[in-house]
Amino acid sequence: MPHMVIANTLRDGRVVFLSHDGSWAAAIADGELAQNETAASRLLADSKSSANSNVVIDPQLIEVNETDHGRQPTAYREYIRAYGPSVRNPG
Amino acid sequence: MYRYDEFDHTFMAERVAQFARQVARRMSGEMTEEQFRPLRLMNGLYLQLHAYMLRVNVPYGSLSSAQLRGLAEIARKYDRNYGHFTTRQNIQYNWIKLDEMPALLGDLAKIEMHGIQSSGNCIRNTTSDQYAGASADEIEDPRVYCEIIRQWSTLHPEFSYLPRKFKIAVTGAPKDRAAVALHDIGLRLYHNAEGKAGFEVLVGGGQGRTPVIAKTIRKWLEPEDMLSYLEAILRVYNLWGRRDNKYKARIKILVNATGIDEFRNQVDSEWDKIKDTKLQLDAQEIERIRAYFASPAYETLPDYSAELIAHGEQNTAFKEWLKSNTAAHKITGYLIVNLSLKSPKQPPGDITSEQMLATADLADHYNFGELRVNHRQNLTFTDVRQIDVYELWQKLAALDLATPNIGKVSDIIACPGLDYCALANARSIPIAERIQQRFEDIDRLHDVGELSLNISGCMNACGHHHVGNIGILGVEKKGQEYYQFTLGGSSTEDAALGDRTGPGFSTDEVVNAVDRILNTYIEQRDDIEETFLETYRRVGMAPFKEALYGAN
Ligand code: HEM
Ligand code: SF4
Repeated sequence: MPHMVIANTLRDGRVVFLSHDGSWAAAIADGELAQNETAASRLLADSKSSANSNVVIDPQLIEVNETDHGRQPTAYREYIRAYGPSVRNPG
Repeated sequence: MYRYDEFDHTFMAERVAQFARQVARRMSGEMTEEQFRPLRLMNGLYLQLHAYMLRVNVPYGSLSSAQLRGLAEIARKYDRNYGHFTTRQNIQYNWIKLDEMPALLGDLAKIEMHGIQSSGNCIRNTTSDQYAGASADEIEDPRVYCEIIRQWSTLHPEFSYLPRKFKIAVTGAPKDRAAVALHDIGLRLYHNAEGKAGFEVLVGGGQGRTPVIAKTIRKWLEPEDMLSYLEAILRVYNLWGRRDNKYKARIKILVNATGIDEFRNQVDSEWDKIKDTKLQLDAQEIERIRAYFASPAYETLPDYSAELIAHGEQNTAFKEWLKSNTAAHKITGYLIVNLSLKSPKQPPGDITSEQMLATADLADHYNFGELRVNHRQNLTFTDVRQIDVYELWQKLAALDLATPNIGKVSDIIACPGLDYCALANARSIPIAERIQQRFEDIDRLHDVGELSLNISGCMNACGHHHVGNIGILGVEKKGQEYYQFTLGGSSTEDAALGDRTGPGFSTDEVVNAVDRILNTYIEQRDDIEETFLETYRRVGMAPFKEALYGAN
C-alpha cells in the first residue's frame, strides 16, 4: 500500500504532507505518494533533513488508501488528522 | 477575588518576554524541538493532532467578567472563536499558532491569567467547589486555602520536577463537588467537636490507567499547619516516587506500595522537621487572604422561592430548569444558577466567543461581575437574586445556555478525544452528542433523574469515566473505535470506581447500550426517588449485564 509523510508545521501546528518538490502541502491530495518501500524511506529521509527541522515537527510515514473519495489514511487517527475533527467547530 | 500585585505583574511581563525569546530561537533553528518542547509545555502549550493547544489556568475555577471577556477576545483573535472548559476548571484553546503565542500571552497577562504549571510534573491548578462561598451547606470558603496553596506552589523550586504531575483539590462543604478523593491530595474542611474548622487530609487518589480512591492520611489538620503538612507529603513523594516508569510515578502508586500507615509515618517525621518554620500560617495571614474572598454586598431580600415556583406552574420549561439547574444559597433571597454547556448543539464544555461575551454581561448584571467554571464542564453564577432568576433564565435560554440537564444523563463530561487529542484511542465528542440527542426529551431526562455519564477517549481518564455513574471508555480494537462501559462510579463524598460491564460496543451500538442500561434502572428501581447509583448499589451488576449481553 502507498505511503505518505505527514507532519505538523512548527509555525502553526497545522497538518501537512511532504510533496514531490520537497515543499509541504496542506491538502493530502497534494502530497507525494511513495508506491514502494524504497521510495517511502527516501521520502522519510527527506522529511527529516536539517532544512526541515525548523519547518515541521515529527514527520512520520503513514499508510494511505487511494479511493474514489480521494486518499484515505488507513489508521483512523491519521484520517482525522488529514481531514480535521469529525465534529464541526462551534465557533 | 485575588488580584495581581505589582510583583505579579512584573513577573508576568518578564515571563512573557522570556517565552517570546524562546519562540524566536526555536523558529530560527537555534533550538531543536527536543530543547524547546519542555519550555513550551511549561507555558501550557501542547501539540495536538491539528494544531497547538493552549491550556490556561483558571485558579480554583473563579473568573471575573473582565477575564471572561478577555478569554473571549483571545478565542476570537488567536483561535477559531471558541474555547473548551475542562474537568480541571481550566480553559483550552485548540487552534493556536506558535508565532502568535507571545502576543497571546501578553493579552492573557492583561487579564491576570497564564498557562504556567498547566502542564508538566509540577503542582497543577488547585481545584475546588464551584459553589464556594455561596452554598447553603458550606463550612468555610475553600478558595481561601486554594489561593494560599496557589501562592505556595507556583514556581516552588523544590517541586518543579516531581516524579509526575500533582493535583490538589479542596472542598469546604460536606457535599463534595470537587472530587477530592480522586486527587493526589484532597482536603476536606469540617467542624470538629469544639466547632473549629480544620481539614481531613486524603492522599493518593487519582484516575488514569490505575484509578485509586484516596486514603485518609490525617483525620484532623489545623488550617495553620496546612502548608507545612502539604510540603511534608510532597517531600516524601519527591524523594521516593518512582522516576523510572511514568505509569508508576504518581503518588497513588507510592502510597499503595508503601502502605498508608508507613507512608503516614514518613510524612510525620518529615513534618516534625518543618512544622514550626515559616511554613506555619498565622491566623493573620489566613485573614489577609480571606479578605480577597469577602462576600459580595448581599441585599436583605425576602424569600421569593414560592413566587418562582408559581412562575413555574405557568411555564414548564422554566420549572424543569429551576429544578435541575439551580441550587440553594446560604443567603435568603438568593440562588445559585448553573449555566449548562451541554446543549446538544455543542460539544460538552465548549463555548463560543459570543456566548462568553454575553455571559460576561449577564455576570455583571446579575452576579456581581463574577462566575465559576465547574469540574463537570459547566459555568456557575453563585449569587443571583431570586427575583432576577426568571429574567436571567430567559436570557440564558436565548444564548442556548439553559438546557435543563444539570446532573442529568445529558450533562455529559467528555474529553476532547480523537477529534483533537494526540493520545486518544477513540472519539468522545460525537458519542456525547449522540447520547444528548437521544435524551433530548425533557420528560425522559427528568424521569431518569440524577445521573452522571462520563466519557474518556483513552485510559488517561481526563473525562472521569471511572467515576461516572455510567462511565464510557474509548478503546481501539483492530483499527476500530470501541467503547467499554463501567457502572456505579461516583466522584462525590461516597467516591467509588465503576465496575466493568463486559465487552465493549461499537460506535453504532453505544447509544442503544446506554438506553438499555437506563431502561434496566427504571425497571429495577424501587420508586422514582431511588437514583441510578442507589439502584445499582442495591441490585448489583447482574440485571444490567443481562440487558446488555443477554441471559447467558
Ligand atoms: C492536551 C490534551 C491532554 C493531554 C495530553 C492529557 C494527558 C493526560 C494524561 C497523560 C493523564 C494521565 C495521567 C496519569 O495517569 O498519571 C491525564 C489525566 C487527566 N487529565 Fe488530561 N490530558 C489532556 C487533556 C485534558 C482535558 C481536556 C481535561 C479535562 C477535560 C483533562 C483532565 C484530566 C484529568 C481530570 C485527569 C485524571 C486525573 C489524574 O491525573 O489522575 N485532561 N491527562
Ligand atoms: S482521556 Fe485520553 S483522549 Fe481524552 S483528553 Fe485525556 S489523553 Fe486525550
